[in-house]
Amino acid sequence: MKIAITAKGTTLTDEIDPRFGRAPYILIVDTETMEYEALDNSVNVNAFKGAGIQAATTVADKGAQVLLTGYCGPNAFKTLEAAGMKVVNDIKGTVKETLETFIAGKTVYSSGPNAEGQW
Amino acid sequence: MIISIASGKGGTGKTTVATNLALSLGEGARLLDCDVEEPNCHLFLHPQITASEIVTSFIPVIREESCTGCKKCAEICRFRALTVVRGKVLVFPELCHGCGGCLEVCPENAVVEGSREIGVMESGWCGPLGFVQGRLRVGEAMSPPLIRKVQANRNRAIKIIIDAPPGTSCPVVAAMKGSHFVLLVTEPTPFGLHDLGLAVEAVRVLGIPCGLVINRSDMGDDGVRQYALREKIPVLLEIPFERKIAEAYSRGIPIVEIMPEWAQRFRDLYDRIVVLAGNWGASQ
Repeated sequence: MKIAITAKGTTLTDEIDPRFGRAPYILIVDTETMEYEALDNSVNVNAFKGAGIQAATTVADKGAQVLLTGYCGPNAFKTLEAAGMKVVNDIKGTVKETLETFIAGKTVYSSGPNAEGQW
Repeated sequence: MIISIASGKGGTGKTTVATNLALSLGEGARLLDCDVEEPNCHLFLHPQITASEIVTSFIPVIREESCTGCKKCAEICRFRALTVVRGKVLVFPELCHGCGGCLEVCPENAVVEGSREIGVMESGWCGPLGFVQGRLRVGEAMSPPLIRKVQANRNRAIKIIIDAPPGTSCPVVAAMKGSHFVLLVTEPTPFGLHDLGLAVEAVRVLGIPCGLVINRSDMGDDGVRQYALREKIPVLLEIPFERKIAEAYSRGIPIVEIMPEWAQRFRDLYDRIVVLAGNWGASQ
C-alpha cells in the first residue's frame, strides 16, 4: 500500500511537517518494500490559494491510499475523500517513527478535517 | 465626471469626504458606496432605498455524464476552484472568482453556468442626491463582482462620487478603475504616509490623475506634505482635527450639516478636481 507523509526533508529520518498543503516535501512510501519517493512541494508552499486541494490531488494521482499529516483543512479533506483516501491527522516525530506506528496498526483514521480553511 | 475617494490606510476619512462632497453637490450627483464589505455612507445620508437587487456571480457546475476528466478546467483555474481526482471534477465555489475560463476551455461542454449569491445592491435617494450601495453577503470573500455591479450605475453625464474600500488590492482597483480622478484621503502620520505611498502607486498603474485631502491636518508631522511636494501631488483640501467635527461624525452627522460653510469648500474642491482631471470631457 502507498502512504503519503508530509515531511521537512527528503528522507525517512527527517522530521514530519505538520502542515499538509504547505509542507516542503511529501514522501510517498510503499509499505511493502519501504521504497519511497520524495515529492518537492515548494510550488505549493507559496501558493496563493488552494495549496491543500493541489497537494491532495497530487498525492491521489501518485496512487497513495492513506495520508499521514499534522493538520488537514476542509478543502484538502474533501478532495482526499473524493479520491477514496483515508487521513491520519496529528502525527508527530520522524517519518520512520510515524510509519512504524502506522504499520503496527496503532493509528486512528480521522473522520474530518482538523484545521480551519485559510483565506 | 467620475471621482473615486480612496485612501490606502483605513480610517482616514474616505466616507467623511465622500458623503460631504456628494451632499455639497446635491442635485445632479450620485454617490456609489463601493466599500461593499462594510458600506457606511448610509449612516450619514439616511437614504430612502427604493430598489434592491440580489447580485450573483458565476460558478461552474459539472455535467458528470459529459465529463471525460481531461483536467483542462482545473489547469486553467489559477484559484484552484476546480480539481480532478480519480477522473472526477471537484468544485470549490468559495474559491471561484467567476472568470468563466473553465466554461471556455471544456471540450465536452460539460461545464455549465451556475450562480451563487454574493450580496445585494440597493439604490435610492437622499433628497436630490442619488445613492447606490453594495452589501457583500456575510461570509463571502469575493467582492469585485459586486463592486462592478455597483459601478454600472456610473454615468459620465452626471457627478459620480465613489467611496472606495481601503487598501490597495483587487476591490480598490475594481472601485477606482474607469474613474476620471482619484481623491486620496490621508492623515499626517507615518502610517498614513506609508499607505498613501502604496495607494499612489496603484493609482499610477491605472493612469488616473490624483490629489490629496489631508484629514486631521493639524496633527502629526509634515511627512505627508513633504511627500506630496516631492511627488507633485496637489493637496486639495485640509480638514482640521476639530472636536465639533469629531462629535458630529460620532453621531452620524455630516460636517456640512453642522458647519454649512464647509459645503462651499467641498464645491470648490470639486471645481479644482474638474480642472485637474483635464480633458475628461473630451474622452467621453
